[in-house]
Amino acid sequence: MKKYLALILAMLMVVFAFAACAQPAADEDDGLIKVGIINNDPNESGYRTANDKDMKETFTEENGYDASFAYSLKNDEQIAFAQKFIQDEVDYLLISAAGTSGWDSVLKDAQDAGIRVILFDRTIDADESLYEASIVSDMALEGETAVNWLAGQGLDEYKVIHIQGVMGSAAQIGRTGALDDMVAAEDNWTLVTQQTAEWNAETAQQIVQAVIDSGEEFNVIYAENDDMAKGAVAALDKANISHGVGKDVIVMGFDCNKWALEELLAGNWNYDGQCNPFQASYIDTIIKDLENGKAPAEKVVIMEEKGFDASTITQEDVDKYGI
Amino acid sequence: MTALKNITVDDIKGSAKKAGNFMLGLVKKQIFIPIAALLILVIFNLIVDPSFFEITLSKNSAGDPVFSGYLITILDNASELAILAIGMTLVTAASGGQDISVGATIAIAGSVMLRVLCGTDSRPETLQAPIIVAFLVCCVVSMLFGAFNGALVAYFKIQPMVATLILFTAGRSIAAWINNNELPVIKDPSFGYYGNFIPGVPVPTPVFLAIACMIVIALVLKFTNLGLYTQAVGINSHSSRLNGIDPAFIKFLTYVILGLCVAVSGFIKVSRLSSINYSVVAKDIEMDAILAVALGGNALSGGKFNMPASILGAYVIQFLTTTLFKFNVDSAALPAYKAIVVIILVVLSAPIVREKLSKLWKTIAPKKAAKEAN
Repeated sequence: MKKYLALILAMLMVVFAFAACAQPAADEDDGLIKVGIINNDPNESGYRTANDKDMKETFTEENGYDASFAYSLKNDEQIAFAQKFIQDEVDYLLISAAGTSGWDSVLKDAQDAGIRVILFDRTIDADESLYEASIVSDMALEGETAVNWLAGQGLDEYKVIHIQGVMGSAAQIGRTGALDDMVAAEDNWTLVTQQTAEWNAETAQQIVQAVIDSGEEFNVIYAENDDMAKGAVAALDKANISHGVGKDVIVMGFDCNKWALEELLAGNWNYDGQCNPFQASYIDTIIKDLENGKAPAEKVVIMEEKGFDASTITQEDVDKYGI
Repeated sequence: MTALKNITVDDIKGSAKKAGNFMLGLVKKQIFIPIAALLILVIFNLIVDPSFFEITLSKNSAGDPVFSGYLITILDNASELAILAIGMTLVTAASGGQDISVGATIAIAGSVMLRVLCGTDSRPETLQAPIIVAFLVCCVVSMLFGAFNGALVAYFKIQPMVATLILFTAGRSIAAWINNNELPVIKDPSFGYYGNFIPGVPVPTPVFLAIACMIVIALVLKFTNLGLYTQAVGINSHSSRLNGIDPAFIKFLTYVILGLCVAVSGFIKVSRLSSINYSVVAKDIEMDAILAVALGGNALSGGKFNMPASILGAYVIQFLTTTLFKFNVDSAALPAYKAIVVIILVVLSAPIVREKLSKLWKTIAPKKAAKEAN
């Protein structure tokens, strides 16, 4: 009896899951462009939340779109969503892939069905002919911009505490690479410590605390996201080490959260590198061009990403670029 | 002469035996393993760098005196884990399984806390509610989630790990939903006191909160039957039922108590940075909490438990983490180092190995004593 109950419950759950995904499809031709958007879970990070919000604000009926959204952090689930969208006969398929592989066959199906595919935020390992365009961030460039900015500060010695993100993530690899290259190339650059805090503020705080307790000197904190920079700063405050513009320790973060840019504006931090989540306007332009029979000029569009310096940032920047 | 000599030899043998028995008793004691692990870590650090144990009194950036040093860092950062270990020990003892949702429910607890304090605006200039009110709401919510887990385990008889898997997967999304996916930041400095320092008090506040929790649980275990009943249910729920204990209710109760521990931990966590990040706050803490229970030598299949040993286990884990940070272990290799130490400790604390060890001691000790006597 219990077994059957469990079975029925499980089936009910499956049915609900499908019901939740299957939004009523607008069959009649109302002149709207049908797009299916596959994204990662918006709760994953502030970046993703901003990204999803931007998508929802751009692909509206007022802008001429009939958009359906699907979210998953798992590649196979995303592929299943893609197949469903193909069956629904969308005009465009927008994908931010969770993983890089396994997409070939479903993209081929899309091509056969005359559906155009645009990748955003993340690239995949598939033949370029299978998609119209990809709009991505260049994480390595973000790292380079930041490291070049740091080199431009003209310190005699760079003793860097390097706090890394989750090892192996694209953001970690790109942002670590640039700093590692610089440390290897220049004699006056040293890494006091290089550890992963896995994007976690408290772990970052403990790492910096350990360096402070050991009595080693440092003058730069290079944290690969804002949260970790915040944790590092909490440790500095506890030890009464001054940080920010014109102070003892330079604090660098990434992602441009609004609160982080406010710290920059207040002069408590020195630098924040942008990781641009606003791909929707780029996609919008590409789709409008394609509708008018114009192919996109470049297959891979690398978004413009800024680095903000605390001494030049303005309130306008905070409002415009903060996520 | 000979008689005298004989007596002396017997005497020496006797006293040696006594010493042996004492050692044997110690090795057999459950709390021996976490104490030994702690000692090994202490000695290792003492040899490599004696300054590890220095504690200095300095001023923080607000100008208040604070203690600093590795030991303070360890005591401070282990607080949440120690508090969780209390609840996890009870849950393990009663239900013979572990709650793997504590990390996610800490996110929920923290989110509720911030939601009450922030009201409708995610970046308020002032607190919208007294901290104590927010904390009480957070306690109630956490206990409700604990009750949810507890009900599934106790009344629906679902495996604890499967029952708590629900909140493990959904918890962080619920936490984000509570605050409409926004990231609240509290500007009022008084909220930060509970995760950092109260001005003028040089010892980190989480240490006091952890001690308070330990005192409460010590009193509860001493003056109520909770300890006895949980162990009875864990050892044999059927026979405890025949003795007039309601096993389902006891199991349910332990999950609610764990919910309360989660609320306190969540409070400390969000107070540390006056903010929250749903996806990473208290990440993987459930594994550390379970590990603390295991390090304390408690059987993860339930039954008898030793509360001080579990709490000590939590401090051992933080000691290890801080030691690894101090030695600047390569980030890619960090989990591997931690794993090796943990494997050694867990194997040593397994009942079978301890039995073997005490047998080994039994065979060595008399020989040694005899040698010394001759």
